[in-house]
Amino acid sequence: MTSELHKYSRRQFLQTSAEVGGGVMIGFFLPGLSRAASPDADTATATFRPNAFIRIAANDEITLIVGMAEMGQGVLTSLPQLLAEELEADWHRVRVEQAPVDPAYNNPMFGMQGTGGSTSVRAFWEPLRRAGATAREMLITAAADTWGVNRGTCVAREGFIHHSSGKKLSYGQLAGRAASVAVAQDAPLKNPKDFKILGKSLPRLDSPAKVNGSARFGMDVRTDGLLTAVIAHAPVIGAKVVSFDATRAKAVAGVKHIVQIDSGVAVVANGYWAAKTARDALDVKWDLDAKPELTSKAIREAMLTRLDTPGVLARNEGDVASAQSATTLESTYEAPYLAHACMEPMNCTASVTANGIDIWAPTQASGVNRAVIAKLTGVSPERVNVTTTLLGGGFGRRFAQDFVIAAVQISKAVSQPVQVIYTREDDIRGQFYRPASVVRLRGGIDGAGQPVFLDSRVACSSVSQAGGFPLKNGLDEAAVEGLSEWPYATPHVHVEWAPYEPGVSVWFWRSVGNSQNAFFAESFIDEMAHAAKKDPFEYRRTLLSNHPRHRAVLELAAERAGWHKSLPAGRARGIAVCESFGSFVAEVVEASLQADGAPRVHRVVCAIDCGMAVNPGIIRRQVQSAVIFGLSAALHGEITLKDGRVEQKNFDDYPVVRMNEAPPIEVHIVPSTEKPGGVGEPGTPPIAPALANALFALTGKRVRRLPLRAEELRTT
Amino acid sequence: MITINVNGQSLSVDVPPDTPLLWVLRDTLGLTGTKFACGQALCGACTVHLNGTATRSCVLPISAVQGGKVTTIEGLSAHSDHPVQRAWLQHDVPQCGYCQSGQIMSAAALLTQNKNPSDADIDAAMSGNICRCGTYNDIRAAIHTAAGLLKKRV
Repeated sequence: MTSELHKYSRRQFLQTSAEVGGGVMIGFFLPGLSRAASPDADTATATFRPNAFIRIAANDEITLIVGMAEMGQGVLTSLPQLLAEELEADWHRVRVEQAPVDPAYNNPMFGMQGTGGSTSVRAFWEPLRRAGATAREMLITAAADTWGVNRGTCVAREGFIHHSSGKKLSYGQLAGRAASVAVAQDAPLKNPKDFKILGKSLPRLDSPAKVNGSARFGMDVRTDGLLTAVIAHAPVIGAKVVSFDATRAKAVAGVKHIVQIDSGVAVVANGYWAAKTARDALDVKWDLDAKPELTSKAIREAMLTRLDTPGVLARNEGDVASAQSATTLESTYEAPYLAHACMEPMNCTASVTANGIDIWAPTQASGVNRAVIAKLTGVSPERVNVTTTLLGGGFGRRFAQDFVIAAVQISKAVSQPVQVIYTREDDIRGQFYRPASVVRLRGGIDGAGQPVFLDSRVACSSVSQAGGFPLKNGLDEAAVEGLSEWPYATPHVHVEWAPYEPGVSVWFWRSVGNSQNAFFAESFIDEMAHAAKKDPFEYRRTLLSNHPRHRAVLELAAERAGWHKSLPAGRARGIAVCESFGSFVAEVVEASLQADGAPRVHRVVCAIDCGMAVNPGIIRRQVQSAVIFGLSAALHGEITLKDGRVEQKNFDDYPVVRMNEAPPIEVHIVPSTEKPGGVGEPGTPPIAPALANALFALTGKRVRRLPLRAEELRTT
Repeated sequence: MITINVNGQSLSVDVPPDTPLLWVLRDTLGLTGTKFACGQALCGACTVHLNGTATRSCVLPISAVQGGKVTTIEGLSAHSDHPVQRAWLQHDVPQCGYCQSGQIMSAAALLTQNKNPSDADIDAAMSGNICRCGTYNDIRAAIHTAAGLLKKRV
């Protein structure tokens, strides 16, 4: 989390993409070519491995291999559904395995093995179905050869190849022969109307292990001789270790080593409690120059000032400067820094030996881990093995490298396997925050209330730069996404990004820029509707005539919510719609105010168009999940700084939504034959503006700063 | 040496008396189903039953458990078939799953005290357990289902 680490991961990220990216695409789009070397053909024990994703054993065990990380979004079920559908596998007999780090599993949308951006199903929609279809065609050939019949008389169904005569052979029986047939070229994909597995709400394959304690997360990794490390991190952003006195720490029973690494001083002990107790007893002298400029108030003022000077152009249509409007609105909106607060605090297990490096990590980016660690240590990438465990939440945070680098540096220093564990406080204070952001919005409407222009400038830090992704003509699209797409019919639209880097490290946070920009845009269109004296749903609807997918989810959510039906006194509705990650989501919130002015959400109705629904049950749950995640931010989320110190530390001062605040959330999925869109993130952006709009309808108070504070809403 | 009973087994552990039960379970006994998430009894991920009562093991010193009967997620049922576990599977509750051991232990304790909890009872009993995946709607439904399964069993 020091700036060095950030620079390092940034640089490495780019190099990873360049170094590992190239060869992989071939493996993907011609899955047969990545067949594992020399299966023992034509023997009873043969295993059929047509590509990196499928393994069929002679005993009929079918293993489907998933290269993306499971962090709750359901990839251990949805990606196998894509494979199994085309393979014509018997779903009840498939096993799922987490893939090792290998370029064969690179995410085609990233060019490296990494999970994020709601890409998994989108990226693998075509390649995995091709992989399944290729294997299926090879099994058909194997059966036809065995029987000496024409391929056209054979069909694949539920784990068997059936011949028109009625005889059949199981995939296991065919494994040996299939391993030796030529790789099928251009295997046809099934017609969606014939889908039996894809499109069904099949139960998650990882659920059984998650209800009995047997699921293995990063922190559950156990190896021989494993030690636990807890790190004393810099208490002030950017502070460096000057010296440390380990006398008291060493006196703690079970302490083995105390070593300095890039991110602080690590205590290595037999188990967490000894390591943590000794960490707390460490006396570290830091170069504690207070950093008054890294105070939330100063950052906010500087960002607002930044809005006065031009930024980088993100969108320009018509000519805002010459636009004539009857009424002009101007508003400034603000969103704070946010921590991810994954339930499983950051952790990683590493074993550095002369033979290479083994890493077990709850990571969203095993491919990047490998490249970064190879570069850092000088060990060749093939000797850096990364095992992806289950992730106790990700939300973008686990794309970062800090916890992996720390584990490797500590294991190297002590020549033993080490599991580094962040305390919750380390986790919350560890930076990698959703950027704080401010926007100035100007909008004009004509005499009939129709929008004439939208002029906006956003000031915030660049997450793309932090992550090593290149800017496009100086623009970080993540800084403006959710605003720059402004879908409402408006002749003149101007959107700018004013980069501002105060020195707080920022990172990807579920739905990224959409998380704040949808709040800005969808609150402001509500302001325009109010100025136009129009119903906020009807106003949006008429302005979305050229955006049928936006409009359809908007109408569906409004209809299911009973938008025009009256509510009990003291309650009101708000609505918002946002396109992100290739999907469209509209949400209607019913809210009231509690006695202290704090908002209370009674009901959320969501409509999502995510193209073809691979697993509707998982989609429903992901949208609910995204709503709760966004609601935590809307009601509570705020990381603040004082003189370079993060002021929050745990769930007491960084509260999140709990059962008592969780409203019933209805999710309606628009039937669609379009290619799949993302699902993990698109439910998050609309919730904050839908709630803020409901509170405006209720109180007449327009809250333009997140989180939505009681003191700004209180009526007395 | 401190003597405790974990999942029906009586055992002695040799750890400093201030060591929280959580770390005895995870690091000494290798029972990793009980999770660390906040260390301050703020989130419920470490919930176990101590003498039948839902207890946050991350702040409970092992010295206070002397002679006590501890049940962890691994010991809740022999075949993952406790009504709460069955209901959890029926509703496919877990997403990332990290908090679910704690959720299930809290729900199981609730149902031993209250056979037919209302939504308000569920709020009161379950609001100490955070789920960042936001599985709350499914947890609520699963608790109602589990209450029904329990009634059938009696």
